[in-house]
Amino acid sequence: MSRPGPALRTLAAVPLAFLGWFFVYPIARISLLALAPGGRFDPTPFAEVVTDPGIRSVAFFTLWQAVASTIGTLVLGLPAAYVFARYRFPGRRLLRALMTVPFVLPTLVVASAFVALVGPGGLLGVDLQGTVAAILLAHVFYNVPIVIRGVGAFWEQVDPAVGDAARTLGASPVRAFRTVTLPLLVPALASTAALVFLFTFTSFGVILVLGGFEHATIEVEIWRQTVAFLRLDVAAALSLTQLGFLAVVLAGYNRLQARRAVVLPQRPGSRHLRTPRGARDLGAVAGILGVTAAFLLGPLVVLVRRALLTPTGFGLDNFVALTERTTALFVPPVEAISNSLRFAAAATVLAVLVGVTAAVVVARDRGALGRGLDLLLMLPLAASAVTIGFGLLVSMDRPVDLRRSTLLLPIAHALVAVPFVVRAALPAMRAIGGRLREAAAVLGASPWRAWRTVEAPLAARALAVGTAFAFAVSLGEFGATAFLARPAAPTLPIAIFRLLGQPGRGTIGPAMALSVVLLVLTVAAIAAIETLRVGGDEL
Amino acid sequence: MNRSLLPLVVVLVAAACTGRSPAPEATTTPAREIVLMTHDSFAASDEVLAAFEDETGARIAILEAGDAGTMLNQAILTKDDPIADVLYGIDNTFLGRGLAEGIFLPYESPLLDDVDPTLLPTDVDPDHRVTPIDYGDVCINYDATFFTELDPPATLEDLVEPAYRDLLVVEDPATSSPGLAFLLATIARFPEDSGYPWTRYWEELVANGVEIAPDWEQAYYGRFSGGSGEGDRPLVVSYASSPVAEAYFGELDEPPTGVVVDGCFRQVEYAGILRGTRREDLARRLVDFLLSPTFQEDIPLNMFVFPANTEAGLPEVFVEHAVIPGSPLGLDPELIDARREEWIRTWTEIVR
Repeated sequence: MSRPGPALRTLAAVPLAFLGWFFVYPIARISLLALAPGGRFDPTPFAEVVTDPGIRSVAFFTLWQAVASTIGTLVLGLPAAYVFARYRFPGRRLLRALMTVPFVLPTLVVASAFVALVGPGGLLGVDLQGTVAAILLAHVFYNVPIVIRGVGAFWEQVDPAVGDAARTLGASPVRAFRTVTLPLLVPALASTAALVFLFTFTSFGVILVLGGFEHATIEVEIWRQTVAFLRLDVAAALSLTQLGFLAVVLAGYNRLQARRAVVLPQRPGSRHLRTPRGARDLGAVAGILGVTAAFLLGPLVVLVRRALLTPTGFGLDNFVALTERTTALFVPPVEAISNSLRFAAAATVLAVLVGVTAAVVVARDRGALGRGLDLLLMLPLAASAVTIGFGLLVSMDRPVDLRRSTLLLPIAHALVAVPFVVRAALPAMRAIGGRLREAAAVLGASPWRAWRTVEAPLAARALAVGTAFAFAVSLGEFGATAFLARPAAPTLPIAIFRLLGQPGRGTIGPAMALSVVLLVLTVAAIAAIETLRVGGDEL
Repeated sequence: MNRSLLPLVVVLVAAACTGRSPAPEATTTPAREIVLMTHDSFAASDEVLAAFEDETGARIAILEAGDAGTMLNQAILTKDDPIADVLYGIDNTFLGRGLAEGIFLPYESPLLDDVDPTLLPTDVDPDHRVTPIDYGDVCINYDATFFTELDPPATLEDLVEPAYRDLLVVEDPATSSPGLAFLLATIARFPEDSGYPWTRYWEELVANGVEIAPDWEQAYYGRFSGGSGEGDRPLVVSYASSPVAEAYFGELDEPPTGVVVDGCFRQVEYAGILRGTRREDLARRLVDFLLSPTFQEDIPLNMFVFPANTEAGLPEVFVEHAVIPGSPLGLDPELIDARREEWIRTWTEIVR
């Protein structure tokens, strides 16, 4: 490969400078805190992390709850994934879109919904707040959509004829599934499981709200060590340990992804769909869909209901109360809406600027620069939002003091959003200037016409999807924000967290109302992505 | 372009425009407002806070920042650029950390003359970076209805006697302020280098069936049997003023609970002006106000602790029922700050 041209190198400076300053440098400062708290090498913080029985039990809990959540998610998700992969029925697309909703929700909205469902005074009448059960329920709710989408889409493309062939050769349905279909699904299953594991391993907001005193993940422990005990060195050692572990998991996930690409299927999926026939078939499909839909959409209905619930029936009291200041929050909760929109707008601009320039470089340069940048861009994903927030908190005093800057939160949100923006923009950036242009030229289009009719719409759509992604991510971001938000300018998730955290002061209703606001804003952004995506498929 | 994108673009543009308005801090903190950072247990009457506004023309904005430790840590993490002007509610178990981090500006209030001199942390804070505002004692409380034939314990030593087996519930010092105070009381009473160190005392407490609750609410309301408690243990670590609260809120002539006056740990809460404030004059007036009889007399029924100002009168129910231990235990704030984590870890290993 030739060396990247000067234009590309200049372009690469944008994402490199951003990630260098706001990601690599903070991680370096964290490392310094953890490895040299007193200015010279001193591994005491790590020793403490390894030997402290409290932290060891946190690590153990983090691991086993993630495994349990992953298993639960697969158990509940697979039947629905199968139904979507094999059956055609009215409202299929709408139902699948609706069932995706939980996954895109901000973690604080999920937490609120489960407080409304199984918290004190919850609709189900059992108070599970503070129990492992509440945590696992919320995690399964949150992640089942990944299984439906990830495994389902793959399954859809596995030709049922393969299994049928096995059966023709005398295999029982179970044997046919076990020896033929299942092995084909393994790559999709494994990578989906890895993703769910990763998400639940780094769970923060859900645990903070639903886990009570006793349950903490490493993420929660980093937060606690920082704000409750001010043991920044221990928090830093924890951060680094987790970063290392996640990098290994993520590397494993990437290898699975790569292998998965090799096994890719034979024919477009929708051809294999059949209509359920006969009472047994119909009953099974309806049953599976009914249970899954109730589990995925029920909590959201309960959330909305709780937001509308007043002491005297139903009404908008909780929404009206958002304009009043309570002791739970320094400002009237309604201000969180404009704060969040403002931060999200700034974060979106930053994330799109960084993400798109990065995508162009990665798409254009197949050499060390492109590949290195691609890898660097995925790192914030492995670092976890809490580490990003903690890192900015301990590092932004130098060389320029940015701690007071109103840009600090947008910077943090942009870091979390950039990997998503890059993934959204990369396919379009790869297509531009490549075969599509050649095809247009072969068909007689001038370069200008090719750009205007083929490439520009592609670029615009990629840009729009990236914008909506960044916006949605910023709206719901909690892990990094928890370290950086200032009391006078809380974001929606921070305001919800504060309101939820003061039971007995009449702030639970307003917390639910604010969660509904965040839910609506997020769903609007995601709906935009979906619509744009669908348009993209039709291209 | 796709139509569905339009609303999003509108929102983005609108949000971006509002983004150009002045920084949020500036909009919510006009010149005549002073921010008082405190813990979640803070409470004061609105009319009392309004008195400050009448006096100075400045409104007090209360910033509740979590429990006492979290509040202090937040002040430390934002120390070059404080999020408030005055901090109120740092106690003697955290004072060492606050002073060591240098977050307070010295100020000697003229009202200090009226303050009980035993509350001044003169040794560690000779230049008055903090001012005592209130104090309370963490003591064992007992359920009066349980102790009819058996006497309530008279000393900390009694608690390891077989007669008091399986009766006591305490809070985890890692997560609870009274829990920490009780641990410190035992450390002050049974020094490490003595023949009977606190670690041995706790081993015996554990052998005698002490129960651990994560916080005061769960210990007092969940596990304690006396008063408003709904549990079955007649002894709990709580405050010397808890029986007063029981009498006041239950509208009772006699409190249903009592206090073991031995082995109490005194918690003193201080206020300090945060370094970096842009309203130092107003901040000084706020500290004076917190020490003034107007605010001091409002303290007992709001927070169930005692005013530091000896000139402040006590409410009727306090005069009738309050018990103030004669010789509460205490420890050097700097020693507490230096050894807190280590003590808690040792404690955790003993009770685990």
